[in-house]
Amino acid sequence: MAEPTRARPAPGTASGSAAPAGTRRGPLARGRRAAAPYLAVLGSRARSQRSYRVGFGVDLASSLLVGVVELAEVWVLFHNVDRLGGIDFAQVLLVFGLADLCFSLADLAFGHCDTLPTYVRAGTLDVFYLRPQPLLLQLVTSDLSLRRLARAAVGLAALVAGLVVNDVAWSPATVALLLVAVASGIATFAALFVTAAGLQFFLLDGAELTNAFVYGGRYAASQPASVWSRPLVVVFGFFFPMAFTAYLPALALLDLPGSDWLPGWLGWCAPLAAVWAWALATLSWRTGVRHYRGGGG
Amino acid sequence: MSGPTTPGGPGETGPVIETHGLTREFTVRDGLRRRRVRAVDDLTVTVGAGEAVGWIGANGAGKSTTIKMLTGILVPTSGTVRTCGLRPVEDRRRLARRVGVVFGQRSQLWWDLPVRESFRILAAIHSLDAAAERARTEELVERLEMGDVLGTPVRQLSLGQRMRAEVAAALLHSPALVVLDEPTIGLDVLSKQRLREFLVAERRAHGTTLLLTTHDMGDVERLCDRVLLVDRGALVFDGDLAGLSRTVGAERVLVVDLAGATPDLTGLPDVRHLGSEGGGLRQRLSFDPDTTTAARVLAAVSDHAEVLDLSIEEPDVEDVVRRVYAARR
Repeated sequence: MAEPTRARPAPGTASGSAAPAGTRRGPLARGRRAAAPYLAVLGSRARSQRSYRVGFGVDLASSLLVGVVELAEVWVLFHNVDRLGGIDFAQVLLVFGLADLCFSLADLAFGHCDTLPTYVRAGTLDVFYLRPQPLLLQLVTSDLSLRRLARAAVGLAALVAGLVVNDVAWSPATVALLLVAVASGIATFAALFVTAAGLQFFLLDGAELTNAFVYGGRYAASQPASVWSRPLVVVFGFFFPMAFTAYLPALALLDLPGSDWLPGWLGWCAPLAAVWAWALATLSWRTGVRHYRGGGG
Repeated sequence: MSGPTTPGGPGETGPVIETHGLTREFTVRDGLRRRRVRAVDDLTVTVGAGEAVGWIGANGAGKSTTIKMLTGILVPTSGTVRTCGLRPVEDRRRLARRVGVVFGQRSQLWWDLPVRESFRILAAIHSLDAAAERARTEELVERLEMGDVLGTPVRQLSLGQRMRAEVAAALLHSPALVVLDEPTIGLDVLSKQRLREFLVAERRAHGTTLLLTTHDMGDVERLCDRVLLVDRGALVFDGDLAGLSRTVGAERVLVVDLAGATPDLTGLPDVRHLGSEGGGLRQRLSFDPDTTTAARVLAAVSDHAEVLDLSIEEPDVEDVVRRVYAARR
């Protein structure tokens, strides 16, 4: 067989040992070995998206445009009112930036989970079952949407702007809070995508429904949650902990008191919210898979 | 790549497939009512290492459902199943390293990537090391004559080329058991022939166990030494092809175009005259391949008239299946 045209070594060839899992090698080599199948797929997806340069450029640009329009929407709203839900435009920039950055990064890695019904119909899911990797990991790593990077850039810009224009009392604690909030926010949104994917096993024609719920969650996350009615607080504040991805960490960063139901100190609990969201996601995914395999009757 | 092989690795001596009372029911919606349908019914079968088994039956006879239970995709409603000595559902990931499946209708290649790239990803998925990957890829590419399409994106392959690529993809990790679901469906005669020859060679070289579902009697004849026939989920025949032919009388039909109008050829030995067209210019003759051969029939016809052209109609699986089903009802 001809030598590969690309210089980079073929994935999965890092170690020269026999086929079954690596023996007597460091944890790093083992980790790389375990990651090789996923990296091989993801690498090919990334290359294939970049290889259609024009299409990819258009995708990036349109993704950027949507992000800017949504930011403008927030600006228009706050142009007409000084404060909404106890925060002003500068402060909502922080909320919007956090929410958009976390959502876009989660969307980049997990967004295509909503193609599950297509995978089921085309039999791709059955093909996943015939490979020696966990199903959910295969689904997640089956694709990635690099065009979301443009959207993440908008979120990042808004976040940086928000951090600059607001009066944040910088300390090691606030830096830690920011980093933890971003990591937890990405994890929480990722969990939302997985929860939706689990539900799609039951609603093969219900992608619209689960999309409404995912994008509704994103929209809710970028709002000042103090304006929500009680039922909304219960649903998007705690059950699907969207308020924990941006609004509450922003309150904590700005040292604002928040409201009765959503006090500012809850911003520190974003990791707990992420853990809860993943518990929900795991339950939803397991139930969905069980339904698909017919184990649950 | 020669010499004795132990499919699936060391320490494996038992049957490759073993089911006991395997049953699978589905709930289907019938208007407002729901009812249970039994897709696989009390299936008990054992397939030993190195066997080549043809799995035939009408559409909806439960073949795909059975394959899904053998590979751990579906959970049985009742009964037990062991594949390569493993429990398919619980040990799915370990089993995946020993089983290769070719679904005629679904692809495991990446449509936008060159064939070579798909193979490389699959090698990583199955954790093949560099040497094994190179050796196996070379072997498959050579035997399946795919050298000229390695750089072609999968979406640009013809059906025959794609099918060969699919087979190579499923066999890249040298599975002990290869399951092929309608592997030759839609292929032209030459592609079919190549694929069959490859499977025969692969089995001879590696002792691979083959299980294939098909509608093509040629697949069964050229590839399988054992036939399983299912009817509405239940096993109704288990034996060799000759046995199946004896049960149903799988006769061949020889169609001859003759140089001139010829009286009906009714008196030939071991031949049954089925009909004539064009005043005897074309005649259809039926014979049993167990008692005579096409050559002998042809020789007998040539004694009466000059043969301009001929074709042989093989009974397709549908036909055999229909006859078995008819006998059971």
